[in-house]
Amino acid sequence: MKVIVTGAAGGMGRLVARQLAGAGHRVLGIDVRPWLDAPPGVEMVVADIRKRPAEDVFRTRGADAVIHMGTVTYLTHRREARSKINLVGTQAVVEYAHRYGVGQVLFVGRHTYYGAAPDAPLYHREEDPPLGVHTYPELADLVAADLYAAAALWRFPEVATCILRVAYVLGPSGHGPLANYLSARRVPTVLGYDPLFQVMHERDAARAVATALEHRLRGVFNVTGPAPVPLSVLVEEASRPNVPVPEPLLTRLFGRFGFPRLPRGAVAHLQHPVVADGKRFRAATGFRYEVDLPDTMAEFRRAFPLDSAP
Amino acid sequence: MAFSLLRPFPVSARVRARIERLEIPWNRYGLDPYGVDREELAHFFSVLEFFYERYFRVTTAGLRHVPARGRAMLVGNHSGGWALDALMVLASVFFDLEPPRLAQGMVEKFLERLPFTAQATSRLGQFPGLPDNARRLLEDERLLMVFPEGARGTAKRFFERDTLVRFGTGFVRLALETKTPIVPFAFVGGGEAIPTILNLDRLGKRFGLPYVPITPYLLPIPLPVHVVLVYGPPMTFDGTGRESDETVRAFVAQVKTRIADLIRKGRAVRKGRLSVSALEAPR
Repeated sequence: MKVIVTGAAGGMGRLVARQLAGAGHRVLGIDVRPWLDAPPGVEMVVADIRKRPAEDVFRTRGADAVIHMGTVTYLTHRREARSKINLVGTQAVVEYAHRYGVGQVLFVGRHTYYGAAPDAPLYHREEDPPLGVHTYPELADLVAADLYAAAALWRFPEVATCILRVAYVLGPSGHGPLANYLSARRVPTVLGYDPLFQVMHERDAARAVATALEHRLRGVFNVTGPAPVPLSVLVEEASRPNVPVPEPLLTRLFGRFGFPRLPRGAVAHLQHPVVADGKRFRAATGFRYEVDLPDTMAEFRRAFPLDSAP
Repeated sequence: MAFSLLRPFPVSARVRARIERLEIPWNRYGLDPYGVDREELAHFFSVLEFFYERYFRVTTAGLRHVPARGRAMLVGNHSGGWALDALMVLASVFFDLEPPRLAQGMVEKFLERLPFTAQATSRLGQFPGLPDNARRLLEDERLLMVFPEGARGTAKRFFERDTLVRFGTGFVRLALETKTPIVPFAFVGGGEAIPTILNLDRLGKRFGLPYVPITPYLLPIPLPVHVVLVYGPPMTFDGTGRESDETVRAFVAQVKTRIADLIRKGRAVRKGRLSVSALEAPR
């Protein structure tokens, strides 16, 4: 299969591109960042997904499927730029797929879509609405991108559109918001709260994306790994000092004294759980995670020992 | 481990032995799929043991009506300014049922907002009272604990003790939908343990509580009184959960009547007019 992967030079993007190339697919990566040592089977085009050269890739090269991973979080971009990349980028991918006859669109989203709230259900099903948009503006454009992509299900019924809401990933690449948080020298938690966190190994996440592609899934699916654990367990497993701070003081410590830099809205995610039910995805694809949490955490510890922390 | 207020209290040998017999699938971290923590439960029940066995004089009757395994819904009245009744139900099915079971309450949302209670309730398997959570736990063959009076029930004042206020109807719909037996129970003596004379709503709002109960000695600290917990035979209703409001309300009324009857019996036991053995005798 010929697959276009947007954001292929990013942490997750590389893993997915490698996974697909390894399975014998031809990968066309589009990213504004170069990937100099891309493996054989992965061809990189340096372009912004919203600009002409990216559209040219769709028009002249064609593809059987596109995997959209070119979304960004608060870690890399300021609010306005991020919102444009996430929304206009998603719009572009969906439109190009329709216009140039790409049969399959896979949007790789995040399970934090559901938001953290005190009255959140134990396990979110795909039908649940996002609860945290008002408390976490940094999340709003990702929620909007997710819903925009899902609208392609009725706008372009000839395209098999699939939205994946993937749990937190962790692994030796150190990619993602959770890795950023857990690799700090001191990990702040909110005093009196210990929410459940759902983590899967980054390799399992990449496998799940490839599995969704091969099953030509249509619809919205949560992608999860091992059962959730309290945040305190993750901090301990990352061998970091857990520093419980009363909520009103917490945001003042972000980015100082060895604490990680986090947006204000992230506090709700340190107080309340976001747990998604991955049953539907497992039933549709037979997907099973391979790396259990203790092994994932051991790999993370080895890649990010405390004495190398910023 | 997270900072927990329960950890300083040692785990008793009896609690340790009973924790091992709970039929809950623990993983390598001592957690179940919902984040219930075996160690935290052990510390919690060790503290509760003191209150259940020594501080209060607790008379429990009819525990044979609680199924040893499989889904069931314990449904009862609120008695006392805060959910002391829930703690006693948790203790009774953990200490006096064979094998021990974990009752999982459907708690008020405000507890999930506040520090410490948010952490404790989720580690102890007491989850927000959402239909989705209840359905999930029942389909997983857990023992659910429901107080259909909600916060209206704990707000009863001393002179209103042992009465029943309006029941919600969601629990019956859920029982119908999931084919769950309802085990009615009555808790008597909570009004004497925490004799509320008035509820301060405004003060409660300040702290994110529905109200603050005030007793003659100001604080809602429970007094070491005699409390009675009576379980009745399970009730099963046939249906799908999509019945008309009238049908469901009629079922709710049946449960409420049964609980009112159990309250009368519990009061008689508490006053010494009825022996527990008379209650236990099969009719």
